[in-house]
Amino acid sequence: MNLNFATLTDLQKALRNRDVSATELTQHYLTRIDALDPALNSFISIQAETALDAAGRADARLAQGDARPLTGIPIAQKDIFCLQGHRTTAGSKMLSDFIAPYTATCSEKLADAGAITLGKTNMDEFAMGSSNENSYFGAVHNPWDPQLIPGGSSGGSAAAVAAGLCAASTGTDTGGSIRQPAAMCGLTGLKPTYGRISRWGMIAFASSLDQAGPMTRTARDAAILLEHMAGHDPRDSTSLTEPVPRFSESLGSNIKGLRIGVCREFFTEGLDPAVERSIREALAVYESLGATLVDISLPHTPYSVSAYYVIAPAECSANLARFDGIRYGHRCSDPENLQDLYQRSRGEGFGEEVKKRILVGTFALSAGYFDAFYHRAQKIRRLIKEDFVQAFEHVDVIAGPTAPTPAFPLGEKASNPVEMYLQDIFTISASLAGVPAMSIPAGLANGLPVGLQLIGNYLQEGPLLQAAHQFQQATHWHTLTPPEVL
Amino acid sequence: MNDLVNETTLVELSTLAALPLEPGKSKATLDALNEVLALVGQMQSLDVANVRPLAHPLERHQSLRADSVTETINPSALSQNAPLYEAGLYFVPKVIE
Repeated sequence: MNLNFATLTDLQKALRNRDVSATELTQHYLTRIDALDPALNSFISIQAETALDAAGRADARLAQGDARPLTGIPIAQKDIFCLQGHRTTAGSKMLSDFIAPYTATCSEKLADAGAITLGKTNMDEFAMGSSNENSYFGAVHNPWDPQLIPGGSSGGSAAAVAAGLCAASTGTDTGGSIRQPAAMCGLTGLKPTYGRISRWGMIAFASSLDQAGPMTRTARDAAILLEHMAGHDPRDSTSLTEPVPRFSESLGSNIKGLRIGVCREFFTEGLDPAVERSIREALAVYESLGATLVDISLPHTPYSVSAYYVIAPAECSANLARFDGIRYGHRCSDPENLQDLYQRSRGEGFGEEVKKRILVGTFALSAGYFDAFYHRAQKIRRLIKEDFVQAFEHVDVIAGPTAPTPAFPLGEKASNPVEMYLQDIFTISASLAGVPAMSIPAGLANGLPVGLQLIGNYLQEGPLLQAAHQFQQATHWHTLTPPEVL
Repeated sequence: MNDLVNETTLVELSTLAALPLEPGKSKATLDALNEVLALVGQMQSLDVANVRPLAHPLERHQSLRADSVTETINPSALSQNAPLYEAGLYFVPKVIE
C-alpha cells in the first residue's frame, strides 16, 4: 500500500492488521513533511514529539485490541483550532506566540477517537481570504503546481492532504474556506450544517457563519471524520442537539431516483468554460447512475456576495475587538497611553486584509448605516435561505461548480480584492443559509482539479455524503494525485 | 454610487475600530474601503421592505445552561499569554494622573 495517499479506511485496516504501526505511519508523514513542506509551506508548526508519543500510546492500544475508530491515524489541524499547550496563531502576527490554554471541542473529540495531530496548518489570517496569500507565515503553494494558490482560507490543510503529508485534515468554512481549497487541490471537503460541529475553541471570524469540517481524499473519509467531530456541546450555545448519524455506514445504497437540482445561477458569465465542461460531465455521470436532473433557480444568489461582505465583516469587527494588546496577543512597544496601546497593537498585529474587513464591518454597524447595510444584509440572508427551503421541496441535492476557475497563479488577484471575493460566489449562499455543502473532485481543467459542489438540506449530510460516495464509486477523479509529488 | 467613506469618516471609523491611521496610506485605505462598499452596494437594488432579518441560519434560540461553574482553567495558563503580567495584574499605561 502507498501510505502517502492512502485513505482513512485503508489506514484503519493496515493498523489493525499490523501491516504498519502507528509510530511508523507517524514517522512516515513527519519525514515527508520535512522533505516536501519547505516548498509548500502548508504547516505553521509541527508537533513531532507529541505526535510520536501519541503514536506510541496508539500502538499499545492496537496491541491490546483496544483500538478506537481513529487510533493511530495522523492528521493535521488548521491553526485556528486551540490545542492546549500548543501555539495557535490563526495565521496572524497578533497570535504568533499564543499558547492555547484549552483544546477546541472538535479537536478533543478527534483525539478521543484516537487521531494523532501532526501539526497545525497554514491559513489566511483569521480565515479571511480565498488564496492563502494573507498569512503572516507566508503563502501556501499548491502541490499540483507550486506557482499556484491552493485556495483559502484552509489552504494549508488542503495542500497538506493533497501532497500526502497527512491522512486527512480539519478546516473551517465561513464562506467557502473548506470547499474552495478542496476544489483547487483535488480533495473532498465538507462544510456541515451550521451548528453540527462545536465552535468552542475555534478562533472566531464570523460567528453566525463559521463551521468546522473535514478535508479528506474521499467522501467515505469525510463521513468517518465528521462522525467524530460532530455532536452537541454545551460550551457552544449554537451547537445543535440533534443526534449524529453513523454517516459512514449509510454510503452504500445506490442513488437511483435521487433528484439533483441544477441551479441556473451557478452557470454564469464568469464560469471558466473548462470548469463548466467538467461539471456538465459530472452531472451526466449522475444521470447514468439513475439520478434525475432538475433545472432550478436560487434567484437571490447574485446578492449573496454583497450580503456576505457586510455580515461577515460586521461580525469580524465585533469578534476581533477582543485583541487589545493586554490580555493576550501582540502588544506594541512603549505605548503613550491606553488608546495608543490599543491602536498600535492592533495596527501592528493585524494584516491589511483583516484591518480592511474590520473597517468595513465597523462602517456597516455604525450609526446612520446600520439599517442600509447590516439590517438589509440580514434580510437578504433570509431571502437566500428561503430560496433553498423552496428548492429542497423539489430536489434532494443541489449541484454546481465549487469555484468559477481552477487554481490561479500566486499574486494574480492579490491586488484586486473584488475579483478575489468573487472566488466564493458559488459557496457563499450555502454558508448564509447554513445548509451543508461539500466539494468533490470532478475532473481536470488544463490539468488542474475541478470541484463539484453538492449542497444538501438542513442536517442532511448523510444523503449528501452518499451522493458524493456513489459518484466516487463511478469515477477516478478523487484518486488523482499531484504530478510532481512523489 | 458615490464614495461612502471620505477622510472624515475614515478618521471616525479608525477611532471606533481602534486601528491607527497609517501615514501615507489613507488614500489607499479609502480606495479599498469604497471598492468593497461599491460591491456590497448591489444589495440596495433589492426590495426587502417586508422581509424580516435573519440572524441565525436555523432560526434556533441559543441553548443556555445553568449559570454555575462547571470547569475552571488554571490562571497561569491564561496569564502566560499576557504581554505584561505581574503579581496577578495585567499592566496597562497609566490611566489616572
